Amino acid sequence: MRLIMAALLLALAGGCATGPALLFAVPPDNLAQRQIQTRVFATQDEKQILAASAAVLQDMGYTLEESETRLGVLTASKMADATSGVQIGLVILSVMLDGDHHHQQVAVDKEQKIRATLVVLPRQGGDGYAVRLTLQRVVWNTAGQVSRTETIKNNEVYSDFFDKLGKSVFLEAQRL
Amino acid sequence: MRFITALSFVVLLSGCAPLDSHVTEGASQLQLRQIQTREYDAITKERALRAVLATMQDLDFVIDKADLDLGSVTGTRLSHVVIKMTVIVRERGADGVAVRANANLNDRPVESPESYQSFFTSLDKSIFLLQNKVD
Repeated sequence: MRLIMAALLLALAGGCATGPALLFAVPPDNLAQRQIQTRVFATQDEKQILAASAAVLQDMGYTLEESETRLGVLTASKMADATSGVQIGLVILSVMLDGDHHHQQVAVDKEQKIRATLVVLPRQGGDGYAVRLTLQRVVWNTAGQVSRTETIKNNEVYSDFFDKLGKSVFLEAQRL
Repeated sequence: MRFITALSFVVLLSGCAPLDSHVTEGASQLQLRQIQTREYDAITKERALRAVLATMQDLDFVIDKADLDLGSVTGTRLSHVVIKMTVIVRERGADGVAVRANANLNDRPVESPESYQSFFTSLDKSIFLLQNKVD
């Protein structure tokens, strides 16, 4: 039994540890990730795309942290709600099942800080610009502790952002 | 008696805990520079920095700071650990650059040569893509 437990622990630890050689190696799903996080715009004006991007970030309540227009970089952040109905439901369920024996306060996710970096890259041969977005979040729970830090990898979030950016680029071009 | 014991402990410990020594400490300067630096020919500082940005995005970094004049990019990656990285690009020779990267993992410096090798392998690919009209 002890051996099985030890083997299980080893297998678990092996799964989450990143060796030094892999620390900065591009992950195998990189091409797919890059496609999800990138949209190409057929314009010749890099500053216009950056302005449209800053505007769309403002639309979504982000404030700018850093910008270097000569390298096509924008970084912005915002605080947002992180309450999860499922998580609260699970806590209520565990309290009900545990009855009177439950004395511990259970912390659930409360708020999150989302950071976004947007980089505009000129395409070869003057063929428009590629805009790539990277998103990450830090989540705090009701006890004020950091409960999660992660890169956001939900495809829908990225396609939603680029739909809005598409409209913003159009509005910017029309000076609306 | 207790007071004297406590006092002698304080005296002893104050001798062996030089807090300021950490301010300028670091691994062997030359060795570390060699591990953290790679040179590239036939590329401008601006193109190299754009390749660095692309590499850092490939590696899930969010960019904290970017400065073309200084040639620097700093980013943060959040997974189960927090990694911070600064990359400095300096012009070297007629048309080349020297790229130096240094990283911290959970606020501790990363000093393993393999880590930097893997970063530069990733950067090699980004530079190739940027310079060779590949999507």
